[in-house]
Amino acid sequence: MTGADVVFGLLGVVCFASGVLVVTARNLIHAALWLVVCFGALAGCYLVLTAEFVAWVQVLIYIGAVVVLMLFGAMLTRTPIGPVQDLDSGNRPVAALAGLATAGLLGVLVVDAFRAAYVDVHGTAVGDGHVMGTAIFRYYVLPFEIASVLLLAALVGAIVLTGQRRANQAAPGEH
Amino acid sequence: MHLSLALGLSALLFGLGVYGVLARRNAVAVLMAVELMLNAANLDLVAFDAWFKDQLHSGQVFALFVIVVAAAEVGVGLAIVLSVFRLRDTIAVDRLRMLADRDPVRVGDTEPVP
Repeated sequence: MTGADVVFGLLGVVCFASGVLVVTARNLIHAALWLVVCFGALAGCYLVLTAEFVAWVQVLIYIGAVVVLMLFGAMLTRTPIGPVQDLDSGNRPVAALAGLATAGLLGVLVVDAFRAAYVDVHGTAVGDGHVMGTAIFRYYVLPFEIASVLLLAALVGAIVLTGQRRANQAAPGEH
Repeated sequence: MHLSLALGLSALLFGLGVYGVLARRNAVAVLMAVELMLNAANLDLVAFDAWFKDQLHSGQVFALFVIVVAAAEVGVGLAIVLSVFRLRDTIAVDRLRMLADRDPVRVGDTEPVP
């Protein structure tokens, strides 16, 4: 039981508790804000696991962009700001069963397989910007370029999907 | 640090995500649960990277790629949700039953497409 164990355990408790609130909160805005807490705790877990750059990317992309996008989505679809009763569908018991079964299966399988595995967090190279930049631009250049093309395609797709009606409305006016 | 701590947390997060995807009715909340599952996979990748002491840092690089794909997925997913909301005036996923093969016409549902 080292300091890393204690810190990771505490962050894990925060992460799991806020994750439970994300999927059970009656208020969609509160769920999005609990998602911020969950992702922040996960960024702390990444820091404990020596993945410094991934932690900051997590903060920038997930907390900064994805959650804000979620809030935009919630507001553009006119979700009521207060607590609503019908945020959950009728199949909650089945969903709880499926979630418990998945977590139990994964947990028992993976934890049992790697019970004795020990991460030496002091002996590994910290994945800071220099190390990650070297890894990406020396060994993973092609996947990096493919990822950029994927982002471009997703951007164009999102614009096409949301701009459809406006294009249809503008078409008769031009004639 | 014990690797099983990270793996257990990852399994719990994935279970939460499965529960959220199946139990939530609002499509935006379903997307949030999907994000939880993607983060569970990321935690596994980073934990195994640290355990394996990978010289190429494959786990962390793959975690970055998963984050990129997740950002693209959220963008396209929300665009789909917005256009569904424009067409049907609802994003409750259990009310969008146009493609269901059972009881297609039910009181209170959206009308079936002729």
